[in-house]
Amino acid sequence: MSWLTRKPIAPLEYNKRLWMRSWMGAVTFFLYAPLLVLFVFSFNDSKANVVWRGFTFKYYGKVFSNDSLMSALGNSLTIAFLATLASLVLGALAAVMLWRFRFPFKAGVEGAMSLPIVVPEICMGVAMLMFFAAIGWPTDLPWPLSLSAITIAHISFCFPFVTMVVRARLSSFNREEEEAAKDLGATEWQAFRDVLIPHMKPGLIAGALLAFTLSLDDFVITFFTSGPNTTTFPVKVYSMVRFSVTPEVNAVSSLLILLTIILTAIALKMQDISGETGTHP
Amino acid sequence: MTEPIIQIRNVTKRFGNMVAVDNISLDIVAGEFFVMLGPSGCGKTTLLRMIAGFELPTEGHILIDGQDMAGVPPNKRPVNMVFQSYAVFPHMSVLDNVGYGLKIAGTAKSEIAGRVAEALELVKLDGLGGRMPDQLSGGQRQRVALARSLVMRPKVLLLDEPLSALDAKLRAQMQFELAELQDKVGITFVTVTHDQDEALSMATRIGVINKGHVAQLAKPADLYEYPANRFVADFIGSVNIFEGKLTVDEPERAVVDSAEVGKIYINHGVTGPHEADVWAAIRPEKMILFRPGAEVVQDAPEGHNLAHGTIKGMSYLGDCTHYEVELDNGRMVRVSRSNLSRFDQDAFTWDEKVSISWHASSAVILLA
Repeated sequence: MSWLTRKPIAPLEYNKRLWMRSWMGAVTFFLYAPLLVLFVFSFNDSKANVVWRGFTFKYYGKVFSNDSLMSALGNSLTIAFLATLASLVLGALAAVMLWRFRFPFKAGVEGAMSLPIVVPEICMGVAMLMFFAAIGWPTDLPWPLSLSAITIAHISFCFPFVTMVVRARLSSFNREEEEAAKDLGATEWQAFRDVLIPHMKPGLIAGALLAFTLSLDDFVITFFTSGPNTTTFPVKVYSMVRFSVTPEVNAVSSLLILLTIILTAIALKMQDISGETGTHP
Repeated sequence: MTEPIIQIRNVTKRFGNMVAVDNISLDIVAGEFFVMLGPSGCGKTTLLRMIAGFELPTEGHILIDGQDMAGVPPNKRPVNMVFQSYAVFPHMSVLDNVGYGLKIAGTAKSEIAGRVAEALELVKLDGLGGRMPDQLSGGQRQRVALARSLVMRPKVLLLDEPLSALDAKLRAQMQFELAELQDKVGITFVTVTHDQDEALSMATRIGVINKGHVAQLAKPADLYEYPANRFVADFIGSVNIFEGKLTVDEPERAVVDSAEVGKIYINHGVTGPHEADVWAAIRPEKMILFRPGAEVVQDAPEGHNLAHGTIKGMSYLGDCTHYEVELDNGRMVRVSRSNLSRFDQDAFTWDEKVSISWHASSAVILLA
């Protein structure tokens, strides 16, 4: 049989081999089939959501007319926006500090700063809960102040990611550019604004989008820090699932996935740009 | 024109335990093309960065145009620098790069446009103002860096290894252009380089720097023909240095007795203590190679410089050929010979017995 005889391949061209292709197909299926099912069944014209009963857009309409869901989405976007803004400033400043200065216990500071990345979310969540209870953070504030606890919690786990991305970008900076700016008469601040920030820009954009998506879909930490009137989008979806998995949940989830994919794609694209224009001879 | 524009007064720079610049004093005169020449790590770049204000002297003072620069930050100094990496701002167009300093200084927009155009014309980049730096070649980027500094009309232009990143042909062209440019704008240029050809061809005066000290300050030709010490003789060009004792020292002649090459006759006096250890430096191109027994002109009343050996190595360089000659006592001597004819009938070859002679004025006596 001819398909059994191995055709010669060029070095490392294993993707031409049947076993490699099957393996890649299986991995892809394993990763994306559940998402695909979720997406397809968001158009299912049925309440039970197990059997296909025909195509409809009506659950997307329902999502948008669900007030509590929409207010949860509003909360989520507000938190994500504020947390991103704060993480961006804090993260970028931390990155510049770690890149530029030498100081005692620098390695320790660096490690401590990336701790929120490695600490299990559940621990972070419990810690945040205990912390806010211990200092007696008020829970009965009017909106948007009522979101402050969640926002602070989100900043604490988002800014290390910004630091990481911006710092990677900074390592390709040619310090002579900053010196050249000063040599031409720029003050410390003018050199920072005109030379360093433009260089950091792709890293800042990527870091911001990363922080935004992390904040937007965080469940665990938010669950522990949210009060009764401060439900966020993921927490609301979770509570909807507890009653029944309707196509409405599917529709909401599909929208969230879409938003996350778009933002992540932009973030990756920005990182590519920062890699390409990284070094100048 | 003899007013010093830069005065370096007993400047020392230490990084931890390492002494980069060791008590250097140096005057640079307005209008000069001054080159600091030295091997890597000799402290020349540190000195340049101290003039620009990016490093502060550990001890000593730097005065620019009579003003002490202590406590004056780089952005307030009347000097501009062309960096080794050129440091052209990659996110700004050529026009914005060149106009940056003027913009920071708050110059009127109309004046900026005029001066930027003028500077671009000076460095032969007119018409490329709209380009981004990544659309330029290395040589063009360097011209942008030059224009960006010149447009500020500094009292002194500092250049850090300006030609090191260019290929050989472009480098030769830029050497010439830089010297021409300096002549045209009349600004004092201070350049740092490790390349002796670059220094010799561009400079009006050279400071050879070694291990944080000034080894010699001289005009290019003097540096080559009258080196002050063995370091300079060896660093500038190639040289044969023979150690010996000064046995005869009269006003019109001197003799150095060297175990390595025999007696070296010199047709002028030497200011050195009798019987002192001295070194005689002879450039390869000032030695003549001939076959043993061939007549040499005997015009030296003070004695005839002659040595015998065997050719052990040759390197053909096109315009000339270097011969490595092993003297009978084992000492290697380098002799260079111009290839005057395309059909060299009496070319020398490997393992040939040869004699070497040199004129009584060729050897330079070094006391250090």
